[in-house]
Amino acid sequence: MNQNLADYANIALYSSMAVLTLSMLAYAAYLAGLAPSRADAKDARVAAREAVLVGDGGGEVVASGEHPAYEIEQGEPVRARKAAGMARTLGWLATALLVAAVATRGVAVERWPLGNMFEFGTFASMLVLLFYFGLSTRRDLRWLGLFITLPVLLVLGLASTVWYTQASGVMPSLQSYWLVIHVTVATIAASLFGLGAATAGLYLWQVRVEAEGRPSFLNRLPASRTLERFSYSIHIAAFPLWTFAVIAGAIWARQAWGSYWNWDPKEVWSFVIWVVYAAYLHARATSGWSRSRATWVALAGFACIVINFGVVNVYFVSQHSYSGL
Amino acid sequence: MTDDALSSQPSDRDDTITQPTLNARGWLRFVWRQLTSMRTALMLLLALAVASLPGSVLPQRSIDAGRTADWLAQHKTVGPILDKLSFFEVFAAPWFAAIYLLLFVSLVGCVLPRSLLHWRAMRARPPRAPKRLERLVAHTTTEIAAPPESVIEAARKVLRGKRFRVHSHDGSSVSSEAGHLKETGNLLFHLALIGVIIGVAVGHIWGWKGDVIVPEGQSFANSVGRYATFAPGPWVDDSTLAPFTLTLHKLDATFEESTKGKGQFGTPRDFTAYVTEADKPGGPAKDTTIKVNHPLSVPGATVFLLGNGYAPKITVRDAKGDVLYSEATPFLARDNNYTSVGAVKVPAAEPKELGFSGLFLPTATIDPHAGPTSVFPQALKPALALTVYEGDLNPGGRPQSVYTLDTASLTQLKDAKKQPLRIWLEPGQTYQLPGGRGSITFDGVTRFAGLSIRHDPGKWLTLASAILALAGLIGSLLIRRRRVFVRVSPSADGSRTLVSVGGLAKDDDDGLPELLDDVVAALHDAIGDKR
Ligand code: HEM
Repeated sequence: MNQNLADYANIALYSSMAVLTLSMLAYAAYLAGLAPSRADAKDARVAAREAVLVGDGGGEVVASGEHPAYEIEQGEPVRARKAAGMARTLGWLATALLVAAVATRGVAVERWPLGNMFEFGTFASMLVLLFYFGLSTRRDLRWLGLFITLPVLLVLGLASTVWYTQASGVMPSLQSYWLVIHVTVATIAASLFGLGAATAGLYLWQVRVEAEGRPSFLNRLPASRTLERFSYSIHIAAFPLWTFAVIAGAIWARQAWGSYWNWDPKEVWSFVIWVVYAAYLHARATSGWSRSRATWVALAGFACIVINFGVVNVYFVSQHSYSGL
Repeated sequence: MTDDALSSQPSDRDDTITQPTLNARGWLRFVWRQLTSMRTALMLLLALAVASLPGSVLPQRSIDAGRTADWLAQHKTVGPILDKLSFFEVFAAPWFAAIYLLLFVSLVGCVLPRSLLHWRAMRARPPRAPKRLERLVAHTTTEIAAPPESVIEAARKVLRGKRFRVHSHDGSSVSSEAGHLKETGNLLFHLALIGVIIGVAVGHIWGWKGDVIVPEGQSFANSVGRYATFAPGPWVDDSTLAPFTLTLHKLDATFEESTKGKGQFGTPRDFTAYVTEADKPGGPAKDTTIKVNHPLSVPGATVFLLGNGYAPKITVRDAKGDVLYSEATPFLARDNNYTSVGAVKVPAAEPKELGFSGLFLPTATIDPHAGPTSVFPQALKPALALTVYEGDLNPGGRPQSVYTLDTASLTQLKDAKKQPLRIWLEPGQTYQLPGGRGSITFDGVTRFAGLSIRHDPGKWLTLASAILALAGLIGSLLIRRRRVFVRVSPSADGSRTLVSVGGLAKDDDDGLPELLDDVVAALHDAIGDKR
């Protein structure tokens, strides 16, 4: 164990959080700048001020507004567009810092950095950011920025305080290459489900806005149908990964504990999550079930993921007690 | 033609409901159709999820009988009610079984007819092209400087190249279809789930598991009598267990000593058992190790290192100095620092049987509140803290735990102050019992390995089914089911061909327009016509 290196990892983590906070504010400014007619001069001024504030933070930030992959929406206020550009650059910077934090932590502890809740939280946050910014290079996802950066900051905040665990080795049952396979894939799946849940939430919100026909910044976001399809396509990528993670977990459980399935609380919840998302896929294919009703099932699935991580790890008596708390 | 027509999914609309009277067969049909509908499957899936939850909240008897008993003791009113309703054995409860059995009946009832439909659909020709392709969800047109027949020919080639199945119902159109593997994957997924269930059932019926504690230096020969606990499936013939033998030479345990952080110091870092194994008594023996995550496979069983602890070597002598008891005696750890409880039973003692019970402490300290405890899992300053009883060790011959004394017919020995006699021994020390009852010696510390030995003949079926299910799932979710139609007609002056291309997909398919553009471009390429 190298405590010095672990300290550097933490510095990278805190820096990432600071930069990500700025990115989040810029995304908020972007959405505020999109707000329709109701977005009177005052809102626009606020957005502009925040954008400028944020812009002061980094040197070459402004240039990114002209990134070629960046499609400029027709009629999008210039200020909003600039805010989004800054948000994106800052977001990439935060992501890079987080990758550095996770990698340094891995070197410091001389093992795969997924051994306790702190590491799980930072790793998952890193993946969510990578997926979000990675997908943003292919399509315009600026509207999603705030709803990604905000929850990620929340998780990083919890990870660096409540879940923080000193750099250390892991107990014998975790010393296995299955840790790398099972936990990494589970984290990838959970991160994608998180992304899917953020979009699913926006979709349900958009459905309501569309039904009521009231003015809202959501009017500038993709139509509900597009949001729903995007959310579905993320979910169908995540579901087989989760299935794989459960199977890999069962193989590992047999090696470590002698039996591939014990109905340990963590296993129960993994199963419940799997069944709920299977129900979502079914609901979506069932005639007589609307898309929005099916989407609620997907959100219930994500609620189970949150419970599995935040509650089961900490409060339930389980063989999986490695939260480090 | 609608999206629906592309689905082979049985319709949920149930027209039998509107019949005014139903005879018995009608009812059966009605119930069966309800049971095998998607909506029922969905409800059963959600019910299964909800029904699992109590299994994670309440202690489960098969996982932790002790905690279950504690819970029942603390909840005198709801406890017995929940117990009656199998809430402490959720995953073996009749209501849980009812849900998953219904689900699987529904699954079979749904998937088998679908497989049949799919089998036919796979061999059927793609349907006739609709008259007006511009009504389809995706549509595009182009003009090609070639006669219609060559365009048709080219279209057939292009679509085949894209792995579509192609058929022309007439001279002016091409119908094509791709992605039957999507449905194949979906069916494979659902059928493989049945394989998983069968694999689990096989493991329950013909599998067995047993736990045994083996102190360093001792051997274990696999037979039912040697196990502390043995749980065979209902159809296991326990006289035919794999006849292997094991000798434990040494058990190494290391714990975190460098990191002082919360939740880390003193946590386990490595356990290794050094053993000699022979597949049958007297057979060739080999030296090997068993570690957590590295079980030992022997023919017919697998040996897992699931526990460990201390087995202090204790000798009890009578007044003349003759040895009555001399054994490495396992004490069971009760906390993470291996504060361990155990008992020494000496039925050979005279005039009355003697029993000792108490604690083994690897790193002993006396806590002002908790009394004697261990503060570190390693044997840095080991000690035994015991009290003594005499009388009848085994009244009525009831089966009893090796680690505790049944004090019903025993009386505790007292010291001069009428306080219970307390013995504190460190390695090498001997304590003389009062009244010529002999002595007890703490010879030294050894460790024991807690081995779990298991046989699950269903695990390969379960694993193979799970992998097939995953493969089916990936196919079912990622493959796109599409139909592409091409219609041609000569242009007004007859020099060119007007080409209309339309596409249909099951479910939303953002890639469809792009596919049609590809087809058009490939058509031009195939004919050598520049647009
Ligand atoms: C053990 C319980 C079951 C599980 C875990 C399960 C899981 C799934 C999953 C994950 C999918 C998504 C694959 C896809 O969209 O192509 C799916 C699709 C499907 N399931 Fe199930 N299923 C179960 C039981 C059933 C039952 C009982 C039925 C019949 C009533 C059924 C009928 C279907 C159908 C028709 C689809 C395809 C939906 C479509 O056309 O997109 N499933 N199932």
